[in-house]
Amino acid sequence: MKALLGWIDDRFPLTQMWNEQWGKYYAPKNLNNWYYFGSLSLFVLVLQILTGIFLTMNYKPAAAEAFGSVEYIMRDVEWGWLIRYLHSTGASAFFVVVYLHMFRAMLYGSYRKPRELLWIFGMVIYLVLMGEAFFGYLLPWGNMSYWGAQVIVSLFGTLPVIGSGLVEWIRGDFYISDITLNRFFALHVIALPLVLIFLVVAHLLALHEVGSNNPDGIEVKKNKGPDGHPLDSIPSHPYYSVKDLMGLASFLVLFCGVVFFAPAFGGLFLEAPNFEPANPMQTPPHIAPVWYFTPFYAMLRAVPAFFGTQIWGVLVMGAAIVLLFFLPWLDRAPVKSIRYRGPLYKVGLALFVVCFVTLGYCGLKPAVEPFKTLSVVGTIYYFAFFLLMPWYTRIDSHKPEPQRVKYHAH
Amino acid sequence: MLIKKIVLAAAMLVPAAAFGESAVQLDHAGTDIHNDASLQRGARNFVNYCLGCHSAQYVRWNRVAADLGIGEAELEQYLMFTGGKPFDTMHSAMPRAQAIEWFGVAPPDLSLIARSRGVDYLYTFLRSYYADPSRPTGVNNLVLPNAAMPHVLAGLQGVRTARLELVTHEGQTTPHIVGLGEGSPGTLSAAEYDELVRDTVNFLDYIGEPVKAKRQSMGIWVTLFLLVFWLFTYLLKKEYWKDIH
Repeated sequence: MKALLGWIDDRFPLTQMWNEQWGKYYAPKNLNNWYYFGSLSLFVLVLQILTGIFLTMNYKPAAAEAFGSVEYIMRDVEWGWLIRYLHSTGASAFFVVVYLHMFRAMLYGSYRKPRELLWIFGMVIYLVLMGEAFFGYLLPWGNMSYWGAQVIVSLFGTLPVIGSGLVEWIRGDFYISDITLNRFFALHVIALPLVLIFLVVAHLLALHEVGSNNPDGIEVKKNKGPDGHPLDSIPSHPYYSVKDLMGLASFLVLFCGVVFFAPAFGGLFLEAPNFEPANPMQTPPHIAPVWYFTPFYAMLRAVPAFFGTQIWGVLVMGAAIVLLFFLPWLDRAPVKSIRYRGPLYKVGLALFVVCFVTLGYCGLKPAVEPFKTLSVVGTIYYFAFFLLMPWYTRIDSHKPEPQRVKYHAH
Repeated sequence: MLIKKIVLAAAMLVPAAAFGESAVQLDHAGTDIHNDASLQRGARNFVNYCLGCHSAQYVRWNRVAADLGIGEAELEQYLMFTGGKPFDTMHSAMPRAQAIEWFGVAPPDLSLIARSRGVDYLYTFLRSYYADPSRPTGVNNLVLPNAAMPHVLAGLQGVRTARLELVTHEGQTTPHIVGLGEGSPGTLSAAEYDELVRDTVNFLDYIGEPVKAKRQSMGIWVTLFLLVFWLFTYLLKKEYWKDIH
């Protein structure tokens, strides 16, 4: 075994890569429960790719056959129902863990220098993931798939001059058709997964280059031991290998609970109108995107049309995401972690969570009161939270950071 | 008595469309996919009353037989009136083009109707027909106003009448349906009819996702395994991390 490893290492840096990327990668010892969501995101990515491969073996990307082939998978393919539910639940789980992972960064200032590029890679992953989810949602060819795609694609039609031509180019047709389904399939199973894997590798390389942040938000590399490793850090293997394994087991209990007992999750993960085949002649009574898009959908609807165009809502929705890229430079606090921040950021972040969840809820509902007003208030707060950040993080009071991380053995 | 007269008069005169979309409170279906006897009765009702016009094109006969504990001989003798082989899916005898000619719309496939509409909707829908002479079928439905589907189960339930109240809104007085009253009787009592509909809807729920019962019972074992697995990962983590201070 050792001889084989030596033979490989003489020809390929296998041991070196393992040690650099995980085995002897030193991470702060005080990482808490919020730090499970990175490894869980990676797990869900692998799960989606594996289940996706098996789904494509039986799925037919054609308008006439797509809906029936999904039912064929659900009823006639051995374990097809399990593979399909793992994939559909995995899509929602992906956004759950990614949103919590991003929130962790906001709690402990993980996007701050020197981790700006790490954050930007993460944001691009989030963007690509949204595209991946959107293209994938058309594939079952249910009526909500169809009309959801219709609504989202037509957003590009609000762009001046090129709008209508662009929409036609995206669809490849004058309406959402067999051609659109076929190309969305190509994007969903090949193009975006490839980009996603590449970005995840870049995200991990950047992380292991700069080192992990921690709940105290201080740089552990400032206090190094005689062996050259930070005093407050421990090698990922075996310590974080076994800890992340426990996190994975906890996650699987919840995840399989959904897969086996509530795969539709009350219509949030699999929407009821999507059990009817796509029908270009019949709009569902109420079109809403899947829950992970609804905060942005609420913002889109919160902005009224003026000067004879709907583009303002689309711009606001786009800006809401673009703003996140600038987070490392918007935050001017002298400390990173929420533990040492003042009341302005603490209250601001708590309200931001309330605002984001409220927007998400409003996006699921029809555009009537009180959801219309709530969406407007939520949109204003969302932007205020980011745009005023350079000001309130500077005037906020802060507590002094400790020299060493706080860790209580348990 | 006076109210009843108003009701009847209004029912004759007012076109159904005037009632508009009514937001009906759905009744609780109370179905149970683990009740095989109910599912078997539901299958019988389904092939007798639904399959003439509706298909269930994703549902295989022999899968139904296997899941519901029906032997293959019984399957062909008592359920498969429309012909075909046991491994076929449930196709309707009615040609699609003719269906559109007769009803204006092809009867929808029922494989997934319980998943798209929900059991409470179906249970309430099948019990909410009432007499409406303005409709070509002579009946209307509270849950789905101006439904194209005739009251197929009228012989069993009878045909109920709408109870109307005149409501004045912005100076216009229009009749509003406040509920359904007794009409011509059918061969079943109200309770027997509810039971028949419940069994049928239960069967529709089953064909919506045939694997549901198996999925749930498997889920219990998966969860138990994962909890034990979690315990081992917890102990493993504790063992390694006791060196960290």
